[in-house]
Amino acid sequence: MTPDPARRAVLRQALSVGVATGAYGISFGALAVAAGLTVAQACVLSLVMFTGGSQFAFAGVVGAGGSGGAAIATAALLGARNGFYGLQMARVLRPRGWRRVATAQVTIDESTAVGSGQAAVRPDRPDLARTGFWATALAVFALWNAATLLGAVVGDTLGDPRRYGLDAAAAAAFLALLWPRLASGRTRAVAAAAVVVASALVPVLPPGAPVLAAALVAIVVGWREPGSPP
Amino acid sequence: MSTWTAVLAACAACFALKLAGYVAPEAWLDRPRVVRIAGLVTVALLAALVAVQTLATGRQLHLDARLPALGVAALLLWRRAPFVVVVAAAAVTAALLRLLA
Repeated sequence: MTPDPARRAVLRQALSVGVATGAYGISFGALAVAAGLTVAQACVLSLVMFTGGSQFAFAGVVGAGGSGGAAIATAALLGARNGFYGLQMARVLRPRGWRRVATAQVTIDESTAVGSGQAAVRPDRPDLARTGFWATALAVFALWNAATLLGAVVGDTLGDPRRYGLDAAAAAAFLALLWPRLASGRTRAVAAAAVVVASALVPVLPPGAPVLAAALVAIVVGWREPGSPP
Repeated sequence: MSTWTAVLAACAACFALKLAGYVAPEAWLDRPRVVRIAGLVTVALLAALVAVQTLATGRQLHLDARLPALGVAALLLWRRAPFVVVVAAAAVTAALLRLLA
């Protein structure tokens, strides 16, 4: 077997994404318990829902005294982006039959960012996209769930996760996932517009909805051919 | 509605949405417009998540230690620092600023 530096680099990237995600999985566990969920509920959310944004949103609504219906709607609104990720990853991975169920369950920000990132950078090596997606998915799944349990159990003694800057760590992780996609002027413009739209809507819409509304920017911009007149 | 009911219903909704991307008809997936939009949607949502995670506190915009921490993260990304270094540096920056405040 010949050594494959490209594959090793992808595996390293997947592991570091998993470790970084684990760091704020602790904050999810702690925040979920602080919001009034039990340790078991926090762990079920990480195992079964397994999409960080929706989980934080769900705990946030429950903690703010929102109804069960509002918590479900907010989690689903924020989880809708995974459907778009699936659309994108289906083209790269093309899973069949029951594999679609397993692939869908681990289709999240991180696995899609690494998998589609590899597909964009190395179109000649579809195996790297597959490796990136699955290695990231498994690393994040293992560390996210272990960290959730840890965070939920020690949450009470840890105190405010913001004291440890874990909220800023989550923002930095999303920025790091976004960074390699900002190569073209078009994507930079969409990102900038999404920041403006989401920020402007924070005081207007319920938590979770501003992020989803920002997707409209992408639909409006992507509707036209690149380079066609407005 | 019990909390467990809400947890399980929300889990089911999120899984259904994940699966939707994979069970859409092939012909629909192969449209250039859909592919283009799906790629840009990822960018828009990640950018929106950065903004909301950095600026929002509940339903208010709130400038605090998260913004300089994100600046440090951006600087490190520009310098091509590894993912873990970027995330850890942001956490340390925010924690130190809050300690000093």
